[in-house]
Amino acid sequence: MAEITMVEAVTQALAYEMQQDKDVVLMGEDIGLNGGVFRATDGLYKRFGAERVIDTPLAETMIAGLAIGMAAQGLKPVVEFQFMGFIYPALDQLINHAARLRNRTRGRLTCPMVARAPFGGGIHAPEHHSESTEALFAHIPGLKVVIPSSPARAYGLLLAAIRDPDPVIFLEPKRIYRLVKQDVPDDGKALPLEKCFVLREGSDVTLISWGASMHETLQAADQLAEQGIHADVIDVASIKPLDIDTIVASVAKTGRAVIVHEAARTGGVGAEIASLLNEHCLLSLLAPVQRVTGFDTVMPYLKLEKKYLPSVNRIIEGVMKTMEFA
Amino acid sequence: MSRIAEFSIEYQQCLAATGELVTPLPAFATQAGALIELYEWMVLLRVFDAKAINLQRTGKMGTYPSSLGQEGVFVGIGDAMQATDVFVPYYRDSGVLLQRGATISQLLQYWGGDERGSDFKECPEDFPICVPIATQFLHAAGIATAIKYRHQKRAVVVTGGDGSSSKGDFYEALNVAGEWQLPVVFIINNNQWAISVPRTAQTHCKTIAQKAIAAGIPGIQVDGNDAIAMRDAVDQALQRARNGEGPTLIEAVTYRLCDHTTADDATRYVPKEQIEKAWQEEPIRRLRQYLEQHHQWDEKKEQQLQQRCQEQVNAAVEEYIATPLQPVSSIFDYMYETLPKSLQQQRQAAEQEGR
Ligand SMILES: Cc1ncc(C[n+]2csc(CCOP(=O)(O)OP(=O)(O)O)c2C)c(N)n1
Ligand SMILES: [Mg+2]
Repeated sequence: MAEITMVEAVTQALAYEMQQDKDVVLMGEDIGLNGGVFRATDGLYKRFGAERVIDTPLAETMIAGLAIGMAAQGLKPVVEFQFMGFIYPALDQLINHAARLRNRTRGRLTCPMVARAPFGGGIHAPEHHSESTEALFAHIPGLKVVIPSSPARAYGLLLAAIRDPDPVIFLEPKRIYRLVKQDVPDDGKALPLEKCFVLREGSDVTLISWGASMHETLQAADQLAEQGIHADVIDVASIKPLDIDTIVASVAKTGRAVIVHEAARTGGVGAEIASLLNEHCLLSLLAPVQRVTGFDTVMPYLKLEKKYLPSVNRIIEGVMKTMEFA
Repeated sequence: MSRIAEFSIEYQQCLAATGELVTPLPAFATQAGALIELYEWMVLLRVFDAKAINLQRTGKMGTYPSSLGQEGVFVGIGDAMQATDVFVPYYRDSGVLLQRGATISQLLQYWGGDERGSDFKECPEDFPICVPIATQFLHAAGIATAIKYRHQKRAVVVTGGDGSSSKGDFYEALNVAGEWQLPVVFIINNNQWAISVPRTAQTHCKTIAQKAIAAGIPGIQVDGNDAIAMRDAVDQALQRARNGEGPTLIEAVTYRLCDHTTADDATRYVPKEQIEKAWQEEPIRRLRQYLEQHHQWDEKKEQQLQQRCQEQVNAAVEEYIATPLQPVSSIFDYMYETLPKSLQQQRQAAEQEGR
């Protein structure tokens, strides 16, 4: 079987579920014949037709609002926002309606939609194309937020998101869309949404990350291993609801935690995880929890964007800080 | 230069303010009892409204937006819709919701701060009341997209105020409904005010109906104080929509004879002469005049109707007041189909606090 990239895994999951379930309908800008600007819907227009792979007028509030109405009718719209930087007009609809429809009708109407958006920096894109604002969505009761970091997890988690009966924000780290290839059997098997993935096991420190930063985090773990420091590496994947139990179990074992994310530091998801670690395993901690994150600045344009993203060196420095405590 | 396109907006009215017919009755109105039914719904709505305001004033309910003066708009809509159509309200549509089968006590529940007030049993596909202005137009377009996708022969009606027609969601919804020829009817309740901002400060457009032109769909202005014309215009638009002939925008011209809500004091900004004039054109009086002139109505029937409506509303108020609170756990139970673990813990904590 051929190995595929993460963006191909997204396409594969969409195709699988569209084949199985006629209620699954795709909408977005340029997702039809063009296959999306990142080609995430490549070939689906030809295969499933214009009725199910719908190029919408260019209006993001509209895309979200339509999806809510369609979902309330029992369809399962999977909508693509071309870039996360352009999802903000839809926040009103997502926060005020998608997240609340079930609750405000006491379960009479529901909103089984998925909002996909490529996000994050590192591809030399223009202004507004590189931010990571997953924390905005994680803060909203009623939404779920999922971020894959490998082809296999993109496939399994996207299937889970489409099948989930509640609205899911599915953020795709575009820097790693084509970074690695993997065998991803097209078996329709979903991965669980409320679960972290432990990618490496070690006993000295727990590295916690998600999305594109997962890759620098894994590289850091490899380099640390050469120095005799062995890390548990956790891909959070489900930003909300958060599987804190897996993270706590690891930190209880290692006594040290370093959280790595591309998003700005203040109010980021890392702060939430650090706080939960304090609540659940403060007495197991041998050192203060470290965060290695983007800065609280505007995302720099492409010339300096690398300086913003957590590098392998910064991650190792973060780990070393925790090691200073015996 | 040459002219490449030309547009005009029609105005529909059947019953003038004096109760005289200015055009022949539409077919539905010639059926026995049809106009009396419209009339009775309007009276029930007015009685309900007065009661709701009273409940708010006496601390038994939260903020409430009255329909006073606009009953013709809402009752016309409710009467034209079929059970299989889908209604997407804003927040001033008590009348339509009652006609759809929501109960009076449910509406009181909603405005009294109980989520069960939106759990409509008789119209399970209808959307709940929508507070964020204009967002509902897009839900209606989405529902219409689903209806079209499934090749069903039914349609969606969505309402909003004159103020809501300034917001992007409204234009985005009109535009996509036109482009995709969706089975949806957009209705603007032009009651001349958006809280304290007059219609004239909302847009330089001569009519709101003409906003349809930019979306390539029919737009019509209707006398919203004429329940007969309203009913007919909505019915025609719905028939076109159900037949796959696309969307329509209806601007219903009426007047808000009340405060914006119970939290507002319209005497601060509404000119007195304007409201006195508007009272001469209100919808209930004119239909009653017509019915009396045609010997379908008299004082005795009026008194009986008033009494029936009072009794019906009073019984609903009692039911509302007697409804037990939801348990505190209910604030968690409809967040997701399956409650995430972290929320299970918060739910337990809230329950314990409640003990
Ligand atoms: C997006 C948004 N902005 C502001 C408000 C506050 N608000 C509630 S009603 C209203 C006026 C609406 O006027 P209109 O659309 O004409 O409807 P009407 O109340 O007159 O029926 C405003 C500003 C809101 N609910 N939603
Ligand atoms: Mg108004």
